Amino acid sequence: MTDTLEKPVVVLVGYGMVGHRLLEALAENGAAARLRVVVLAEEPRPAYDRVRLTSYFSGLTAEDLLLGEEGFAERHGFEVRLGDPAVAVDRAARTVTARSGLVVRYDTLVLATGSYPFVPPVEGRDATGCFVYRTVEDLLAIEEYARGARVGAVVGGGLLGLEAAGALKGLGLETHVVEFAPRLMPVQVDDGGGEALRRTVEELGVVVHTGVGTKAVAVDAAGAVTGMAFTDGSGLAADLVVFSAGVRPRDALARDCGLEVGERGGVRVDADCRSVTDPRVFAIGECAQAVDGRVYGLVAPGYEMAQAVAAQLAGGTGTFTGADLSTKLKLLGVDVASFGDAFAASEGALEVVYSDSRSGVYKKLVVTADGALLGGILVGDAEAYAALRPLAGTGTPLPAPPEALVLPAGAGAPAALGPSALPDDAVVCNCHNVTKGAVRAAVAEHACTTVPEVKACTRAGTGCGSCVRLLTSLVHDELEASGVAVDRGLCPCFARTRAELYEIVRVTGTATHAELLDRYGREEARGGEGCEVCKPTVASVVASLAPELDAPAHILDGEQAALQDTNDHFLANLQRNGSYSVVPRIPGGEITPERLIVIGEVARDFGLYTKITGGQRIDLFGARVDQLPQIWSRLVAAGFESGHAYGKSLRTVKSCVGSTWCRYGVQDSVAMAIRLELRYRGLRSPHKLKSAVSGCARECAEARGKDFGVIATSAGWNLYVGGNGGADPRHADLLAQDLDDEGLVRLVDRFLMFYIRTADRLERTSAWLERIDGGLDHVRDVVVGDSLGICGELEALMARHVGRYQDEWAATLADPERLRRFVSFVNAPGVPDPTVRFVPERDQVRPDLEVLLSEDDLLRSLDPDGPGRDRTDRPDRSSDGAPGRAPLLEVRSR
Amino acid sequence: MTAPTAAPAASPAAASPADPGTARVELLTGGAWVPVCDWPLLTPGRGVAVLLPDGRQAAVFRDRRDRVWAVGNRDPFTGAHVLSRGLLGSAAGGGPYVASPLLKQRFDLATGVCLDDPSVRIPVHAVRVAD
Repeated sequence: MTDTLEKPVVVLVGYGMVGHRLLEALAENGAAARLRVVVLAEEPRPAYDRVRLTSYFSGLTAEDLLLGEEGFAERHGFEVRLGDPAVAVDRAARTVTARSGLVVRYDTLVLATGSYPFVPPVEGRDATGCFVYRTVEDLLAIEEYARGARVGAVVGGGLLGLEAAGALKGLGLETHVVEFAPRLMPVQVDDGGGEALRRTVEELGVVVHTGVGTKAVAVDAAGAVTGMAFTDGSGLAADLVVFSAGVRPRDALARDCGLEVGERGGVRVDADCRSVTDPRVFAIGECAQAVDGRVYGLVAPGYEMAQAVAAQLAGGTGTFTGADLSTKLKLLGVDVASFGDAFAASEGALEVVYSDSRSGVYKKLVVTADGALLGGILVGDAEAYAALRPLAGTGTPLPAPPEALVLPAGAGAPAALGPSALPDDAVVCNCHNVTKGAVRAAVAEHACTTVPEVKACTRAGTGCGSCVRLLTSLVHDELEASGVAVDRGLCPCFARTRAELYEIVRVTGTATHAELLDRYGREEARGGEGCEVCKPTVASVVASLAPELDAPAHILDGEQAALQDTNDHFLANLQRNGSYSVVPRIPGGEITPERLIVIGEVARDFGLYTKITGGQRIDLFGARVDQLPQIWSRLVAAGFESGHAYGKSLRTVKSCVGSTWCRYGVQDSVAMAIRLELRYRGLRSPHKLKSAVSGCARECAEARGKDFGVIATSAGWNLYVGGNGGADPRHADLLAQDLDDEGLVRLVDRFLMFYIRTADRLERTSAWLERIDGGLDHVRDVVVGDSLGICGELEALMARHVGRYQDEWAATLADPERLRRFVSFVNAPGVPDPTVRFVPERDQVRPDLEVLLSEDDLLRSLDPDGPGRDRTDRPDRSSDGAPGRAPLLEVRSR
Repeated sequence: MTAPTAAPAASPAAASPADPGTARVELLTGGAWVPVCDWPLLTPGRGVAVLLPDGRQAAVFRDRRDRVWAVGNRDPFTGAHVLSRGLLGSAAGGGPYVASPLLKQRFDLATGVCLDDPSVRIPVHAVRVAD
């Protein structure tokens, strides 16, 4: 049967990572809609991340590895036939026959068949217990067979071989790696690097055999593996053998239909990735021999080829002429990087080597006689890769002697490679191919003055983000070089940072914004109003230091009331239509049924939208300013207090259920979370603070994603700091371990107060840890080792904060002066704001935003005599009979 | 949005009323002075919202030097009536402004012109402090 549809037909043979990238690119560039795309896939599942195959053994499921989201193929109309590989191509008839018998006529054929594992022709290689390591199915088979096995051997000590060894180790087998070459990873590293790698791999409990070939696999009477015989006469008893001795292009289909292939395999293609034999056929990824004569076994070049072909199928142009083979990866926990002319193959190349077998570090730089960098190999410590790789091959002499660049920090005179060292043509951002020169031009010629502006202008740093730190220093250097002083001041009113203002307030006792501005502000700002940046900052500093300053304890007392952002000013969170949301504190996420019912009743009576937050609390949305005191008097009466969701202060301390209930728990995480939350509630800080306590190493409370996270051990608590979720996630670093309850609290006291003292405005602990000189080690010196002698002071500050804590909402309700501000209109205190309206959605309400689009329409809709639109009013059944909708006439009659 | 041309600058009410205890703040709209509130209800650096007889809303602010300013309460960028809840600031060499509490655009209190997008302007009202 032959399909004859009007759309041009593209048949994609092979649905691996590169094939999937092609489909994605066709969907992105719009060609998917104009083409009929038929995908013939051999494997029974959609494309998955083969690079991360080993993660299957660290907890990822086969589903987690899938590349496309659910329904990807259906949404874009791709006809994907899983488990139905192509078996023949008739180029004259332009048809592909699949295993099921299906025949598809094509206008364009794309081969993305990848490669197959090379199994050396040794005796016994087909025995039961011999495997290859390439697909999820391979993995599942190995896992199944490993249940009855004790010893596993991997043939091949390259990239994939070490991955496979990691997998066998993860399955609990005694693991051996057998490499024919004299070292591990012979393609990427030299003897020295291989030696450092070997040492580290051996320390992980993997036995390494190098320089030996596999002669035969020994087999018992039943045909199952019992061991291996090596070429040097020795042998090894083993129950399971994995062949991982490299891959070969899968080009059989291409050969059979007469397409030209390279000497060592791979469909020969031109710069367009088109077969040199037949222009209707493309080949991409590991099954192709690119125009430069190479077969690329890495995924990135495969992706580039897929992009190039997708662009052509969309009617545009796209080429692939070769790729940089520099790589940096982590194998079995060891950093390995190789770039440029790593093996000193260039004429006259010289090598500078640092090797420390003890710590498994090996660094080699390949340079020319006049000191220009050609390439290098880094094993065990690949930190310098980002700075060195762009320099390789540029011909510019290195800015520092190469020997200084390979020495570890602290040994002799280490040279950190500053960004100034890079030549203008060095590629800073690999993802978008942006050079240092382009970044400098963005500052010098396009008047960009901030990193975000440079990112928008050049796209640098918008891919993987690994170059953002380098980019930031480049931008700052360039600004300073062009005479623009990089102003680190807080705002146009203050030339000082938040940390400096904190010290000024602490030392001088100046407790008002006005006084600070007039005395310590920039000359031109003195006597002015200040601004929306420095006012809340000063309010926060004064609140943090309030016990020292004898300043009012309530953030709405005295001048502080005028400095707070609207959220702090109304003790609630402003939402997009001018309404507020309310979050009562639920310490540790523990709540009684009675209190849960109160929250439900309050939400129901005031018609509020309710949603569970990520911090184990309940957010109530849609309150008008004038409803806040009524809502809170009900909540306070039921025993709730402010959750400070509106403040730059402690939000929640999340917890798992802990040893009280959980069969795995080793400590009472809920009790500790409640204790910490109650201790630090109301503490004003440079940014919001989040915390969590996990009752065991399973980490169900996600404590390492928090500013300070606590994880239980059988001996006590481990304290982690500087974690963050959000746009720039960071795992928290271990600060101290096996602390008892009191030791933990004391250390958190010190850590938080030191952070509050030294951080910049809106600088989370994660950014602060990365920025301050000496980083985590310095912070540990200060708060654990008391290197500055301030720990007593920090603890005393926290003790006074804890002693003075009062619930902001209870205190507000008790003071008519403070309550007076909670009206919608100063001239009509009983009238609710008629512009805050809601429409129904999923059995609750959401803001009516349409009503905000035009003021004139809004006024017409409010006019009782006019033809106004019908809006759905939410129920307002507040028990004290608060007025519902706005009676405008009341104002008119005044 | 209203064009920024010929934006009439409102003159702020005179500073510090003679007797703060009895002084009242009034706002001119529709040709008449409308009472806003008693003087002591205004906090320096902050604003209050006022419901006008035609249903529109105004935001009235008292600055650090006890001058009083009034602009429309509607934030033109979001449509929400929230400008009275913004913080006051002043740029070097410029008069006071209010920063929207939602997305932080700043509006000059004398002219209503948005400092971050001069093509946008909010209405301004005359205000006075009557003894």
